Amino acid sequence: MHTHHPLVGRALAGPHARVNMRPVEDCARFILRIDPQNLAAASTIWGGNLPPTTGGLVSASGRIATCIGPDEWYLIAPLAEQDAIESAFGELYATTIHSLVDVGHREVGITVEGPEAVLALQATIAFDIAAMPVGSGCRTIIDKAQIILLRQGPDSFRIEVWHSFADHVWNLLAGICREIELGV
Amino acid sequence: MLLIRCPYCAAERPELEFTYGGEAHIVRPQNPSSTTDDEWRDFLYIRSNARGIHYERWRHMHGCGRFFNAVRDTVTDKFVMTYKAGLPRPDQAELEAARS
Repeated sequence: MHTHHPLVGRALAGPHARVNMRPVEDCARFILRIDPQNLAAASTIWGGNLPPTTGGLVSASGRIATCIGPDEWYLIAPLAEQDAIESAFGELYATTIHSLVDVGHREVGITVEGPEAVLALQATIAFDIAAMPVGSGCRTIIDKAQIILLRQGPDSFRIEVWHSFADHVWNLLAGICREIELGV
Repeated sequence: MLLIRCPYCAAERPELEFTYGGEAHIVRPQNPSSTTDDEWRDFLYIRSNARGIHYERWRHMHGCGRFFNAVRDTVTDKFVMTYKAGLPRPDQAELEAARS
């Protein structure tokens, strides 16, 4: 399932680059849908706080959880923990109605970092990237491709995009990074 | 590009992320089997086509995925306010407050 990574081996980075782009190594990804009233139960299973409000992002020990809708969470974890998470949530089905869907085969991660990362993303995303709070995530559109954008630090972003759009998004951002390097 | 405030995300988002959902506050027939043909026609097809203030549904398709309601002026294309689905129509005072 994880054999084909469309961006493997690609990277745009250097010690003096103003924007660094790297593909993220494969990881386990889930979409969790659950009634917000039962969030505490899900947090216990997940082993960390799930952010209660839309846009919230909690990142700890290799796991990332972001709330992308009133009852929808996007979860990222190391591949090694995938089976444990699935079976733990499987047991939760007995007591709490929810849905945990593995979307790991569908998504590709790209990190965009560096002092001009905001500028690079702003070139093709229509909302105000600079105003996006650090430690937040949302679903949005990048040149007609739907992505999940996570802001992990002031100059550190992560894009989660579908496999089939990954090449397009990469090439688009690579072109923008090139323009920034050249000062166009 | 229009910026639309999603009441669920509590953020201004670009129009690209949204899809239009037609007029809001259209009440479904309570008792469909006894609804007459004329009432069905009105429910399905007859819309107010307002010039000015229009109450309409939008969906934050490429965001939180939720349907919500918006008040938009069809003449100026400006959004007066947005509010969560299921809430009643905002009254005139609320619209005035949102405008100022």
